[in-house]
Amino acid sequence: MTAPKTLYDKIWDAHVAHEQEDGTCLLYIDRHLVHEVTSPQAFEGLRMAGRKVRAPEKTIAVPDHNVPTTLDRVSGVIANEESRIQVEALDKNAKEFGVNYYPVSDVRQGIVHIVGPEQGWTLPGMTVVCGDSHTATHGAFGALAHGIGTSEVEHVLATQTLIQKKSKNMKVEITGKLRPGVTAKDITLAVIGETGTAGGTGYVIEYCGEAIRDLSMEGRMTVCNMAIEGGARAGLIAPDETTFEYVKGRPHAPKGAQFEAALAWWKTLYTDEGAHFDKVVTLKGEEIEPVVTWGTSPEDVLPISAVVPAPESFKGGKVDAAKRAIEYMGLEVGQKLTDIQIDTVFIGSCTNGRIEDLRAAAAILKGKKIKDGMRAMVVPGSGLVRAQAEEEGLADIFKEAGFEWRLAGCSMCLAMNPDQLSEGERCASTSNRNFEGRQGYKGRTHLVSPAMAAAAAVTGHLTDVRDMMTENA
Amino acid sequence: MEKFEKLTGIAAPMPLVNIDTDMIIPKVFLKTIKRSGLGVNLFDEMRYDRQGNEIPDFVLNKPQYRDTQILVAGDNFGCGSSREHAPWAIADFGIKCVISTSFADIFYNNCFKNGILPIVMPQEVVDVLMKDAEKGSNARMVVDLEAQTVTTSDGESFPFEVDAFKKHCLLEGLDDIGLTMAHVKDIDAFEATMAQARPWV
Repeated sequence: MTAPKTLYDKIWDAHVAHEQEDGTCLLYIDRHLVHEVTSPQAFEGLRMAGRKVRAPEKTIAVPDHNVPTTLDRVSGVIANEESRIQVEALDKNAKEFGVNYYPVSDVRQGIVHIVGPEQGWTLPGMTVVCGDSHTATHGAFGALAHGIGTSEVEHVLATQTLIQKKSKNMKVEITGKLRPGVTAKDITLAVIGETGTAGGTGYVIEYCGEAIRDLSMEGRMTVCNMAIEGGARAGLIAPDETTFEYVKGRPHAPKGAQFEAALAWWKTLYTDEGAHFDKVVTLKGEEIEPVVTWGTSPEDVLPISAVVPAPESFKGGKVDAAKRAIEYMGLEVGQKLTDIQIDTVFIGSCTNGRIEDLRAAAAILKGKKIKDGMRAMVVPGSGLVRAQAEEEGLADIFKEAGFEWRLAGCSMCLAMNPDQLSEGERCASTSNRNFEGRQGYKGRTHLVSPAMAAAAAVTGHLTDVRDMMTENA
Repeated sequence: MEKFEKLTGIAAPMPLVNIDTDMIIPKVFLKTIKRSGLGVNLFDEMRYDRQGNEIPDFVLNKPQYRDTQILVAGDNFGCGSSREHAPWAIADFGIKCVISTSFADIFYNNCFKNGILPIVMPQEVVDVLMKDAEKGSNARMVVDLEAQTVTTSDGESFPFEVDAFKKHCLLEGLDDIGLTMAHVKDIDAFEATMAQARPWV
């Protein structure tokens, strides 16, 4: 009998095309997602060396980081010269090298990590890479998915493999049930709050436990998306009926007998009883509260009921980092988090730009108005998410509440397009990073769930969404 | 790729923990379609004010650190995005080695693709090297990849670990794609097997 394996072990073993004596492997890549920011130099490298894309049929390109999300983009050219050049370079490269492509004009265009699953490119047991750290998102399907740099993008384009050494196995278990008002975003932030942003360095995380099993695919993608913020190479969730149901019928998912054959293999993708994990973290689902970040690192997480912490309560280099963060964020030690005033709300990103996220936010906003002077925007993760939200009447709820209803893209998550914070502006954001300057020079970001973002839009300050849920009930 | 052998240079101290890729190279500079020329924007928001004037307090703006080749940094250096613009900017500035207690995974890998050696050292060693780096241009630190040692200006030497294959590639300045192309038959064979076993892929 072979030794018990983790889910990660199984996917890894199924993709080793060559192994050196020292354990360095050529890992075969099943899906390569490409966007406009990290790919131009890679395509140029191929061109210079006279190389082709080895597997264009397994390569999927979509512009997302730079694209404007305002409604006038359909009619126009991208105003920012450099952004326009990058998007045009992707257009040109996609055509020249013959890869699958969703241009800005295509209704299926959107954030690469939302388009991949939506179109059925991402399937259980696959290896998926992209020149983007949030590739971890696809781990929700039980696919080994992680971000790579541009040199590696070129390597995958040319060889369909990556030079890799295996990471260690880490298990993050969320036991029990979540309480009302607590979401996948709160889980993933709470885990980072527990482990720190370097806690996952050197590991691939498998998320498991009842609270994870109970999540929809959308929620699972939110959890895995931020595995990178915990420092992990990838996050994984074993595929189950929820996964198979989501995948079935998607444009690029297998059909008929092939689906049955795939399903038979997918059902073997779980961690065997007794398999070894190098590190284990367990949180109780019932004890997770709606959380927010107060500082400039995703590990600066606290329950919404808490206060801004004293830097001295930390250890080592984190003391100075916390001082710097509190100053940057313009906060007072001991200030209640619910007293922090907000002027901007951003709902979107590969973390929380899916239909379920928009439903959660709309449920809070129904029949309400955003606070006077608040700038609030919803940027759906893809054109198809947008269309569905319009069909379900969510778009009307957002618009009536005073939100801007935008076109799909990465938008204010990283502010490479015109959607940015100005100096000193403070945003409740459903995105994934609260780094200094992330959403705009000297902008201040508080990471929250979509429901919490909606609540803050209404009250004008960080708010415990559970208070508003009782109000609605 | 340029070979990395032995480096003798000025080390700069950046004790802040969690220096992320947005700090190393803000997104406004990711719009380039080239790899070169990013050094001037390394640590842009910490290094310049809004008018583009240098902030004198920032370490790399100080006269004694203008020719820095080694960075001694706080924990979890390079966390955040996969942007290879971060190591491109570091290399373009002239920094060839970064020393910390830990690095984010993608950044760590990206360094090796660009002739930069990231070195992980325990906290107590980083503390010693940080102190040495505070001496600025009065001191030179020596990084010897072949011997796997870092030596302070006082001659105190510390060993470090590095993956043997990554070391080999850095010492020889090898191109990954060229190396992998030597295994093209293995890739062909793998694809042929998978076409049978998992035809839906």
